Amino acid sequence: MRTFRYERAGTVSGAVALLAEAPHGAFLGGGTNLVDLMKLDVARPDLLVDVRRLTSDRVEELPEGGVRIGAATPNSDLAADPLIRRRYPMLSQALLSGASGQLRNLATTAGNLLQRTRCPYFQNVTTPCNKREPGTGCSAIQGHQRDLAILGTSPECVATHPSDLAVALAALDAVVRTVGPDGERVIPMTELHRLPGPEPQRDTVLQHGELITAIDLPPLPFAARSHFRKVRDRASYAFALVAVAAAIDVADGVVRDVRVALGGVAHKPWRAAKAEELLRGGPADAERFRQAAEAELADVRPLPGNAFKVPLARNTMVRTLLDLTGGLR
Amino acid sequence: MTPVTPRAMGQALDRFDGAEKVRGLARYAFEQPAARPVYLFPVQSTVAAGRITGIDCSQASAQPGVLAVLTYQNAPRVATDSGDLRILQSDEVAFRGQFVGAVIAETSEIARHAAGLVRVDYEARPHTVDLRGEVHREALRVPNEVLPIFPMHTAEGDVDAALDSAAVRVDQAYSTSWNNHNALEPHTTVACWADDRFTLHLSTQGVNRIQAAIAAAFRLEPDRVRVISPHVGGAFGSKVYPWADVVLAAMAARLVPDRPVKFALTRQQTFSQTGYRPPTIQRVRLGAGSDGRLVAIDHDSIEQSSKVREFAEQSTRATPGMYAAPNRRTRQRVADLDVPTPTIMRAPGEASGMFALESAMDELAIACGLDPIELRIRNEPDVHPLFGLPFSSRNLVACLREGARRFGWAQRDPTPRARREGNWLVGTGVAAASYPVLRLPGSKATIRVGPDGRYVVLIAAADIGTGTRTALAQVAADTLQVDVEQVDLRIGDTAYPPATEEGGSSGITSWGSAICAAADQLRQRLAAEHGGTVPAHGLEVTADMPENPYLKQYAMHSFGAQFAEVRVHEETGEVRVPRQLGVFACGRIVNPKTARSQLLGGMTWGLSMALHEQSVLDLRFGHVVNHDLAQYHISSNADVGAIEVHLIEEEDPYVNPMGTKGVGEIGIVGVAAAIANGVYHATGVRVRDLPITLDKLLPGDWPIA
Repeated sequence: MRTFRYERAGTVSGAVALLAEAPHGAFLGGGTNLVDLMKLDVARPDLLVDVRRLTSDRVEELPEGGVRIGAATPNSDLAADPLIRRRYPMLSQALLSGASGQLRNLATTAGNLLQRTRCPYFQNVTTPCNKREPGTGCSAIQGHQRDLAILGTSPECVATHPSDLAVALAALDAVVRTVGPDGERVIPMTELHRLPGPEPQRDTVLQHGELITAIDLPPLPFAARSHFRKVRDRASYAFALVAVAAAIDVADGVVRDVRVALGGVAHKPWRAAKAEELLRGGPADAERFRQAAEAELADVRPLPGNAFKVPLARNTMVRTLLDLTGGLR
Repeated sequence: MTPVTPRAMGQALDRFDGAEKVRGLARYAFEQPAARPVYLFPVQSTVAAGRITGIDCSQASAQPGVLAVLTYQNAPRVATDSGDLRILQSDEVAFRGQFVGAVIAETSEIARHAAGLVRVDYEARPHTVDLRGEVHREALRVPNEVLPIFPMHTAEGDVDAALDSAAVRVDQAYSTSWNNHNALEPHTTVACWADDRFTLHLSTQGVNRIQAAIAAAFRLEPDRVRVISPHVGGAFGSKVYPWADVVLAAMAARLVPDRPVKFALTRQQTFSQTGYRPPTIQRVRLGAGSDGRLVAIDHDSIEQSSKVREFAEQSTRATPGMYAAPNRRTRQRVADLDVPTPTIMRAPGEASGMFALESAMDELAIACGLDPIELRIRNEPDVHPLFGLPFSSRNLVACLREGARRFGWAQRDPTPRARREGNWLVGTGVAAASYPVLRLPGSKATIRVGPDGRYVVLIAAADIGTGTRTALAQVAADTLQVDVEQVDLRIGDTAYPPATEEGGSSGITSWGSAICAAADQLRQRLAAEHGGTVPAHGLEVTADMPENPYLKQYAMHSFGAQFAEVRVHEETGEVRVPRQLGVFACGRIVNPKTARSQLLGGMTWGLSMALHEQSVLDLRFGHVVNHDLAQYHISSNADVGAIEVHLIEEEDPYVNPMGTKGVGEIGIVGVAAAIANGVYHATGVRVRDLPITLDKLLPGDWPIA
């Protein structure tokens, strides 16, 4: 581990200013991923600005029926929040399906969104990785492929984003509020994370020194019946092979509205827009659910070692929608 | 051999060091007080085979707090016949991750950072690390005997002819994966060189083997190497043989006399430094009459070893003793690859081999239209088929019947996919388990009694977290015919009489027999020389583990039966095992509480082996890709359902004076087969390649990438 400076800023603007002057600095939230990466020499910040006490650490109700989540809200608190559990159960389920109790106590909401990929080659400084060291090549594409992406990949990177929370937030049309060197802005959750393209070193659209202060959830009454289904290699404490976050509004057997996002399949939480489009206004039955899932997966680029994710994602999408609509098969 | 009358033995005593461990007061090796310690961090090779062409230590050496950088150019020369320990002796690299240097520094952070600054250049050679790629090569060879009592190859009768004419045949390939031990406590050493002698605190299964290795390597008399290992946080075979980390720590200690060198491997480093269960590729051929009676058993196993030291797992070891068949053959071959050396890991041989044999027996039962328990009972041998000796005790059939009764086997419909609950397909499976009763020669025990009536028992044995410290005190109390409170047992230090390592479930047999011999002599001398009263200056006796006269008259094995209920999600292929049940016949149980924990732990590991554990090797780089506990999956709490452990009472007067057979290994044996057999029953899909991951059970086709 390299020597680094540690600062605790008094205000959000102070924290942003500190990082603006430190091109190799980083914000420190719960540290559950960053500190690991520092030990592994993958992250090499020379300055850590602790932001845990700068922003709200709780969930508040917004006037028009939405909810605001303070960036420093611990994952455990968010998962247990009565408002979240009542209005957006998939969000609580997503959090509880990830990490362990100890990690969730420490990890913050914003930090969860900004965790790095767990691609084993990214985490190992003795193997080439374009995300860690641009231009060195991707070891994963022809290496251990089980956990890699099947959608939106590039020749430079096939990593997946590890966050379950981000998948639920993407399905719920959350927006991310930030403060950066250029002032405040609001970023739709679906646009926060990037596809890798030729620049896989950039996970998100955030500028250096831009701090997430809160996440807003718009009202979505039918999300009160929503579900997060995570399929993984063991029953607990593993990253998703495939995850599905879904909420569906059905009246008289017809889909009035629907939200679906996939995890474990791409460099970002994958909002299933094609599937949603096909589902809206159509029959709420297994056949249509299958068609929608297949439409979403039409552009997959699987590798030999992760091609199983294609039927797995399809089956899990269909099953999640069926469970929400009370269908059997 | 006089049997010991059990008084303390058989009592479910809490382990004596339990409270100390739970409260964090038990000191493990790395936590030993050390004045002015220094820290060590290794530099590891980044090629799998090749030669070092240049090393630049200038940046590392220039870091404040760095005391020395070790490389092959300045490291002390060591004398050893183990290639694992011959580190920093030349520019050769034999596997990726091999130690090629190390930094000694004032803090662990400085040492780790500076190690990353050592620049090593290599001339890489093409490497061979893929066992599957070697299967058809001529490079496969017959390994030397590891445990000479069990030959690597066995043959009787004409297997091929018997198979040709058999009414029912099974001929299948099975494979098991590369598994790592992952003890909670990684390998740790605190090494100090002072007054021309080493003191090593370390985490090991046997202090004497470490002492011998270090003394030989540094050309010292063994009494100038003291090894102390009071508590061990799990080992599972990975801490039997000395590894390079101990030698590296000792080398560093020589460079900084009087300063203790602290060295703890990272989790990632344990994957390349401390051995592993080698992957196996096996073929089992069974031939039987239509009544299920076996006429031929053929079991072939291919494994890997390294190029630095031979280790060959005896995956077919259990096979010749399991079932009566007139024609039998077992064969084992190894490929020497550019990989770290594999080693023993919980039930080495049986865990891998019995997955294949017991899966094949299930396939044979189906082919014969027989219940799998009935098939096994029909093939029960009268004597050990290979050795021709009667069994000292054998209760496989009792274990199967008792397990069937408790598990509710009689209600089972053998048809695959017959049971469903919601989207879950439900099945059940059974498999047999076996493990030999092993004794390792070379243990001594000293017993000293004082006029206060307290008995101090000294033996350099190891408690690797199993509860041996407690169980051995129970043995000592009964052999001395005193209360267990009167016994003060001291272990884990080369200052005590030597002991063999904790391995092969041999601990209680080997050390207990030595303690028993010392106790017998002590009691006799007290009676004959002192009229039964302890003299004022006390009395001390030391005895060797005696020979067992029955070894050549009986075959000695534990047996068991494993049952599992398996659920497979019909749409995702997810596998869950809500229920496991094991019945074991392991002779006398010294401590039912710690014994149950051993069997429970073994069964849990069997579940983990069946469904999760797999070290994935990158064939291009030659390293284990998933080298941490986030990526190397073991069964977590949520994976483990109800596990029942039951014991068949067994009196065996031949194995040793205590009548014990060992409980450390057998719990894992057969579990993976029981689960694979249950998966077949649930789904109709036979998985012959471990681990059983969901992609192997996912219905339908998927795109060819």
